[in-house]
Amino acid sequence: MTAPVLSVRNLQVEFETRRGTLRAIDGVSYDIAKGEVLGVVGESGAGKSVTGLAVIGLIDRPGRISGGEILLSGLRIDNLPPEEMRKVRGKRIGMIFQDPLTSLNPLYRVGDQIIETIKTHTSLTDQQARKRAIDLLAEVGIPAPEKRIDGYPHEFSGGMRQRVVIALALCAEPELIIADEPTTALDVSVQAQIISLIKRLGRDHGTAVMLVTHDMGVIAETCDRVAVMYAGRVAEIGPVQEVIKNPLHPYAKGLMGAIPTLAGEDKRLVQIPGSMPRLSAIPPGCSFNPRCSFAFDRCRIDRPEPLRQGTQAVACHLYDRATETAA
Amino acid sequence: MLAFTLRRAIQAIGVMIAVGIIAFAMFRFAGDPVSQLVAIDASSAERAQIRQSLGLDDPFIVQFGRYLFDAAQFKFGVSYQFRQPVSDLLKERMPATLELAVCATILALFFGIIMGVFSALRRDSLMAKLFQMVSLIGISLPTFLIGILLIYLFSVTLGWLPSFGRGDVVKLGWWSTGLLTLSGWKALIMPSITLGLFQMTLIMRLVRAEMLEVLRTDYIRFARARGLTTRAIHFGHALRNTLVPVITVVGLQFGSVIAFSIITEQVFQWPGMGLLFVQAVQNVDIPIMAAYLMMVSLIFVTINLVVDILYTVVDPRLRATISRPA
Repeated sequence: MTAPVLSVRNLQVEFETRRGTLRAIDGVSYDIAKGEVLGVVGESGAGKSVTGLAVIGLIDRPGRISGGEILLSGLRIDNLPPEEMRKVRGKRIGMIFQDPLTSLNPLYRVGDQIIETIKTHTSLTDQQARKRAIDLLAEVGIPAPEKRIDGYPHEFSGGMRQRVVIALALCAEPELIIADEPTTALDVSVQAQIISLIKRLGRDHGTAVMLVTHDMGVIAETCDRVAVMYAGRVAEIGPVQEVIKNPLHPYAKGLMGAIPTLAGEDKRLVQIPGSMPRLSAIPPGCSFNPRCSFAFDRCRIDRPEPLRQGTQAVACHLYDRATETAA
Repeated sequence: MLAFTLRRAIQAIGVMIAVGIIAFAMFRFAGDPVSQLVAIDASSAERAQIRQSLGLDDPFIVQFGRYLFDAAQFKFGVSYQFRQPVSDLLKERMPATLELAVCATILALFFGIIMGVFSALRRDSLMAKLFQMVSLIGISLPTFLIGILLIYLFSVTLGWLPSFGRGDVVKLGWWSTGLLTLSGWKALIMPSITLGLFQMTLIMRLVRAEMLEVLRTDYIRFARARGLTTRAIHFGHALRNTLVPVITVVGLQFGSVIAFSIITEQVFQWPGMGLLFVQAVQNVDIPIMAAYLMMVSLIFVTINLVVDILYTVVDPRLRATISRPA
C-alpha cells in the first residue's frame, strides 16, 4: 500500500497567551489517501481551521505546533525550515479560504496573481505561464478566460472569485488541497457549483482534498470520509455514509440528529444541550462529558482514545465498556 | 476619466475664486494702501490722484473683477515695499522654495517609507523601537528648534555646512537652481532635513500602521498559502496596498511643506517665498501677502487634483467607480 497523501499523527497545536497555554488541537490523527475527500466537521472553535493551517504551516505566533507529526506523501513537513515549507505551500499543498471577496489582492489583475503563483513554483516563461493561467481559469469554469484574465478581482462576482481562488490553489498541481469553508460566504446556488467543482477537480487530478466545513449537507454530498471534531480532538472518523447513518459518538449522534430531513417526519430536531467548552476550561476526561447524556464516572476522569469500530473509529468510553463486558 | 478630471478642475477653479475673495478682502481690511504709498506730507489732491490711478475709487465688484482677472494672468500688482511687480518677486523666489520643498519631500518619502516598512516587518527589533522613538522626537520637536540644533552642530561646532542662504545658484532661464553647484547642495541639506523631518515621521508612522493592517488581511494570508516568496508578499502585495493612503497624505502634506517652509526659510534665511512673505507681513505689504495666499492655494488645489488622479493609477477599483459615477 502506498503512503497516504497526508498523514497527521497525534498533532498538537498550542497558543501561548497571557493567561497560559491554550491547546487548540490535542492529539489529532487522520490520513487522506490519493483522490480522497476528507470532510472535517465540527462547531466553531473545534479546531477545524487550525488543523488545516497547521498542515500548510501557516500557524502564526503565538500559536505553534507543539507535538505530533505531519507527513506529506510519507515525508515529514511539520519541521521543515521556513523557506522549504514555503516551497511546499502552493506547490504541493493548495489552500482555499472561506471568503473569496477578501482572498484576492484588490490591486492586482487576477491573471497577474495566477501567473505570479505559477512562476514562483515552476520554470515556465511569462508566455507559457499566461497560457496555463488561461487554461486554469477555463478549467474552473470562468467564461471567456482569455478576456477575464486581465480583469481585477472587483470585476468578478463572489462565486467567480472563489473559482479564481480555486484556480490559484491548483496552479502547481498540488497533491493536497485544503479547502477551509470554501462555500460558507457564498449563495446557496453558487455553493453547489463550487462544491461540485472541487469534487470534479479532485477526481480529475487525483488530488486529495481536506474539506473543512460545518455544513453537514456539503459533507454528505462531497466527502468520502468525515472526521467529526470536538474541542480540538477527533470524536469520530469514518466513511461518510456510515457516520451519517450510524453515528457512534454521542456528539456525532447529536450533530446528525440536528440535521433536518425532507422525509416529512413530524419530529423535533434534536439539540445538544450546552455549548462547547472554551479552550481555557476543557474538562478533564472526555471533553464532551458535561453535555453527554450517556456520561458515566470514567468519562470524567479518563480521556478516551480513538477505538476502531468496524470502518469507523470513535473516541468514546461507551464502546470501550461494551468490549470489556463482552470479553 | 476625462469627465472626472474636468469636473475636478472646475471644482478647483471654484476654490480659487473663493480664495481670491479672501485675498482681495485683505486689501480692504488692512487700512488704506494709499497712505502707505505716498509721502507723509502729500496733499489730498495727490492722494486722490494716486487713488484714481490705481483704480481704488472704483466699486468693490469692479476692483475685485479686475483683481481676479489680473491674478489669472499671474499679475498681482506692485509690492509696496520693493516697488516691483509682485509676480517678478515671486518668480525670483519660487525656485528656492520649490527646490527646498521637493527635496524635503523626497527625503521624507524615501526614509519614511523605508523606516515604516522596516518597523512594521520587524516590529519587535531594537531598530524598530529606535525608529519609533526618533519619530516621536520628530513629531514633537518644533521645526525651528531642529533647525537651530542642526545649525549649532553642523555649522557652528563642526563647520561642515553653511548656516544660511542657498549657496551659489545657476540661472536656467528665469529659474535659479542651487542643484548644480556643490555649495548649493551643501546649503540645501540642513533646511531639507529640518523641513522634511516632520513629514518623514508622519509617513513612517502611517506606513507602519497601514502595513501592519495590510499584513493581517486575508489576501496576504492567501498569498502566503500560495507559497509566494516573503519578498514578493511584503514588497509587492503588501506595500502597494499600503501606498494608497500614503499618496493622499504626502500629496496634502506637500502643500503644507510649501506653506510651512516659512519657518524653515526664516531659520536658514533661505531666499524663498516664505521669507518674502514674512518680510511682507512685517511691512504690511498686502499685494505680496495676497499673492502668496493665492499661490499657496493654487499649489494645494493642483496637488489635490494630481492626488485624485494618482489614486486611480494605484487602485483599479476607483477607476471603475469613476468611469461609472453613481
